[in-house]
Parts: sequence; C-alpha cells; structure tokens
Amino acid sequence: MSRYAAMFDRLDGDGAFGAFLMLGDPDLETSARLLDDAVVGGADMIEVGIPFSDPVADGPVIQAAAQRALAAGVRVADCLELIAALRARHSDVPIGILTYANIVRARAGFMRDAAEAGADSLLIADVPALEAEPFTREMEQAGIEPVLIAAANTPDAALARIASLSKAYTYCVSRAGITGTHAAGEFDAGLIDRVKQAGAPPPIFGFGISKPEHVRAALDAGARGVICGSAIVDLASRHGDVARFVQSLKAVTRNDSVAE
Amino acid sequence: MRLDGRFGRFGGCYVPEILVPALEQLESAFLEAQDDPAFSAELNALLADYAGRPTPLTRCRNLPANIYLKREDLLHGGAHKTNQVLGQGLLARRMGKTRLIAETGAGQHGVATAIVGALLGFETVIYMGSEDVDRQKLNVFRMQLMGAEVIPVESGGRTLKDAINEALRDWSASFENTHYLLGTAAGPHPFPTMVREFQRVIGREARGQIIEQLGRLPDALIACVGGGSNAIGLFADFLDDDVRLIGVEPAGRGLDGSDHGATLLRGRPGVIHGSETCVLQDEDGQITDTWSVSAGLDYPAVGPQHAYLKESGRAQYVGATDAEALAAFKALAEGEGILCAFESAHALAHALELAEQEPDIAILVGLSGRGDKDVEQAQALLA
Repeated sequence: MSRYAAMFDRLDGDGAFGAFLMLGDPDLETSARLLDDAVVGGADMIEVGIPFSDPVADGPVIQAAAQRALAAGVRVADCLELIAALRARHSDVPIGILTYANIVRARAGFMRDAAEAGADSLLIADVPALEAEPFTREMEQAGIEPVLIAAANTPDAALARIASLSKAYTYCVSRAGITGTHAAGEFDAGLIDRVKQAGAPPPIFGFGISKPEHVRAALDAGARGVICGSAIVDLASRHGDVARFVQSLKAVTRNDSVAE
Repeated sequence: MRLDGRFGRFGGCYVPEILVPALEQLESAFLEAQDDPAFSAELNALLADYAGRPTPLTRCRNLPANIYLKREDLLHGGAHKTNQVLGQGLLARRMGKTRLIAETGAGQHGVATAIVGALLGFETVIYMGSEDVDRQKLNVFRMQLMGAEVIPVESGGRTLKDAINEALRDWSASFENTHYLLGTAAGPHPFPTMVREFQRVIGREARGQIIEQLGRLPDALIACVGGGSNAIGLFADFLDDDVRLIGVEPAGRGLDGSDHGATLLRGRPGVIHGSETCVLQDEDGQITDTWSVSAGLDYPAVGPQHAYLKESGRAQYVGATDAEALAAFKALAEGEGILCAFESAHALAHALELAEQEPDIAILVGLSGRGDKDVEQAQALLA
C-alpha cells in the first residue's frame, strides 16, 4: 500500500494535515531541522518545494523562500539528499515534492532519483492536466504518485483527466490566485463534490490555510485534508516555533473537533 | 484547446491549472475573430488609419543597395509592437474584459499596451522590473501619460523575466475581467500562434513591396530575435518559399561567456513562461541571467516556433554582438539618415556582413523599431 493510502487508513476519517516547506531554506541544516519540526508537530504528510528561479504559481512568501535557498547555493542534488535524510528518520510519513517543469526536465532520471530518495508524490505547478501525460507516465514507471491541481474553475472534462492521471491526492484550490492567496476561510464544497464525483484521488485543500478555523472550514467543506504552506514558511523565516504552529492546526483535524 | 499549440516538440501550454480556462477562452475568441469579417475590418482600419500601415520598404542608397529595409520604425508607437496590441486589444474587448495587464522590458511593449488601453478604454497595468523602471524613466512617463499604471517588480533580477512572472501571477487571480496582453510570440498557447498571426502583416506587405520593386522575392530575410515576434511576423509568409530566413540573436559581449541573450545558439530545451522552447539555464534548470545592450532582446527564452524552425533547419540563427549592433546603428544613421532601435541594429549588422560576402543577393531586413529610446544610451556608448 502506498504511504498516502496508509495515511488515509490510519486517519480513519480524520483530516490529513500537510505541512509545506521549501527545501534548503534558508540553508540545508536549518531546512532539515524544520522538516523534523513539522513531523514532530504532528504533520501527517510533508510537502517539500524544490526551489526554482521563476516560480510563477507562487506568492511572495514562497518566492522569497526559493530565492533564499538558491542564494545559499542549494542544488537539486542537495534537495534530494534532504528528502533521503528525512525518509531515513521517518519511514511512514508521505513526502510529496512540489516543483516546476524545468527542474524536472533538466535532470535526466529526476523521477527515479526522487523515488530512490524516498519521495512518494510529485506535483509540477506549471504542468496542467492538459500537458500532464508524458510526466505522469514517467512518474508511474519510477514509482512516484502523480498529483494534479483542481481549481474551482476547472471544467468537468479536465477533472476526469485528473482522475485518470493522478494518484496520491488531488490538490484543490478554492480561490483563483497563487500560493498564499487569502481564501478568507471560504472553501468551495462544490469543487470537492465534483472532484469526488469524477473519481479523482482524495481532495486536499491548499492555498489560504493559515489558521485553525481555515483548517476546520476546509474539512467541513468535505476535503480529506489540508496543506499549509505560506504560513509555515513565513513563520520559519521569522524563527517562530514551527512544531507548535503545526500542532495548533493539526489539533482541529479530528472529525469531532471544533475550531476555537 | 482546439489547436494543439505545438511546433514540433516545442510550444504547448505549461501554466498552472487555474489559467487553462483563461487560455481556452482566448483561443476560442481568437479563432472566432479570425472567421469574423467585422473583426478583420476593424483591425485593418485601425492598422491603416490609426497606426499608419502599410509601412514603406526602403532600398538603401548609401549602405549596400541590395539591402531593403521594412520600416516598422515608422509605425505609430515606434515599433512593430503596435500591430499585435491592436489585435489583442480588440480581442480583449470581444471577450468582455475591462482591464489589460502586460509586462515590459525596455518599455516598448508597455507603451504599445498603454496606447491600445487609451484608445479602446481599458484600465491598463504594466509590470516592469524595478531595474528597468530606473533605466527607462522616459518610457515609464510615456505609459503614465497615456493613463497606464506602472508597477515596479522587485522580485528576482528585477527585469523582463520577472515582470512576466508577476503578470502571470496577477492573471492567475484576475482572468475573469483581465486580459494578459503578452508582448511577444512566446508564452503558452495560443500566444505564439496568435501573436504571429497579428504580426504576419509585416511579411505580407514586404512580400508585395519587394516583388513590386525588384520583380522577384528576396534571397534572404533577416530579423532580430528576442522573444521573436517581429522575426516570425516577417518570416510567416515566406516559410514555403526558397528564401533564406535568418534570425539574429543578441551575442552581447560575446557568445563564449555568459553575457549574452543567445537563447537558440547557447540554450537547451526547457520549459519557461508557459512554453517548451530553448532556454538559457544552468545544469539544474535554473534560468540564468542574460545580457544585451538592447533591453528588448535581453530575455532567456524565445518563441517556440523559432526553436522549431532552428531544429528543422528551415531558419538559420546567428549572433551579433553589442559592438557590431552599435556599429550598424551608427552606419544606418550616417548612411541613410535613419535612427533605428538597438534591437533592429542587430539584424542590420548581420545584413551588412552578408551584403559584403554576397553582393549579388537581395536582402530584406526587418527594421523593427525606431531608435529614439536608445539615443541617450548611444551617446554614452559612442562617446
């Protein structure tokens, strides 16, 4: 069973909490520690960014994180080592990579290397369902589960394509925009219904999760989990307590929990 | 999508999922407009009565007389950019959009977008790297005079590439009422095809004019290539003819170092700004900084059709250095009384070289823009 499927089984109906961090931000050593903090804080799944010079899908916080990592001289090979080390320390937590097409294309055998490092899934932010097939085929061959994005404006035909091409989970975006966009606590239950109807992998909301009430609202809209990115990256850049923050958001993912 | 948006293995539509519906809407609007005689009638009227088409084809008198110049420098706005902003502006109106956003490097495309924004009544926002805002104050003021808002971009290297990133981010949240008026024949499908079709008028006119003046087709077409819209516009009507097509890339301070923008000559296939094309990048796939004396050619990627024309061998791509372009700029000013843009001077530099090697062939050069914007820089460089 894949680590994502096992995670959903373990959660037994509770929401999954995904924590996103940019690999190598602000340097390799700190980055490794932050990843551990997220796991210690109770993150069910870890999503890691491999920094790209031109991240068009990302808002200012994640852009700045990628810039810090690149300025520190972080290479793709370093990122794969960070993943391998995280995997060695935590054998069960699903690890997903989020990056851009040019990073994947530039390295022959990227998918294989990512799988060997212990990554479970890959989301390529600038590869929509329309262009995904050559990439997802390669991922399947390497044993990496493809993740695609479904947005509120994604038509049903594209959702059907997402259902047929992706595996681990469906990254759902409620509001138009880029990472860090404030969703104002509104999460589109209609999108979740359509994702489920299309038979796509479990829907998880990203974009605009920064408070416990957002987590609860996203889960109440029918999502199987949430991913929190910009808020964690921003906190880490201000030397805040990532483990404690993750814990506060994870706390409201139980089915019977209520946001304070 | 109704068209496949590919040129061989290049092109495509590599954007976040959220932008796909906006690009599908744009493709439909473009295809429907192409079949609508009322659309072409309005566009052609604007091109003629507002922008000043057709532009002349000028045979050189004092430079080698086998060089013919297609004078896009005489178009309203001062460059070929106006052709396609009028087309996209009318499309934006047709789609019911009320706001235009655009990226600009040196400011030429920003000025062109501000022109169409004023003419057709759009709210207009121009993203421009803060480095470029400082270097091109006059163009910033031009845009503002025509009612556009100029937003300095502080991310990345704070130049053209970063301005495109920021425009794409804006569009990801604003596509319902906003059209992204991309400035060149690059980016995600349908932009490379659509911009080529709106720029095709350059080559179509030039073809008729050279036949009238010379009685036959030219032997070679030469145009500068940054994103590549003026070159593809010039080439488009000659692709099936026995005519050499030559694109000139900015070789900057030399192709051996890293201070150039010669994407096709020194880049590798990659994916940037929505398209699979040739990209200047490092081993990891990080996009590298570029250099050219001409800001309009200072871009690390290129339109996907040029990548295809190079790979298929139909077109040839060469480089001209800053120094060669500057010498051609000066030669055209002294010889013909024409101040051309630094971008266009790259094409002319190669034409002068070719005219010397092969004095008997007819060479048609795309003179894509006028040089007023470069006069101050020329003064510093030629002093």
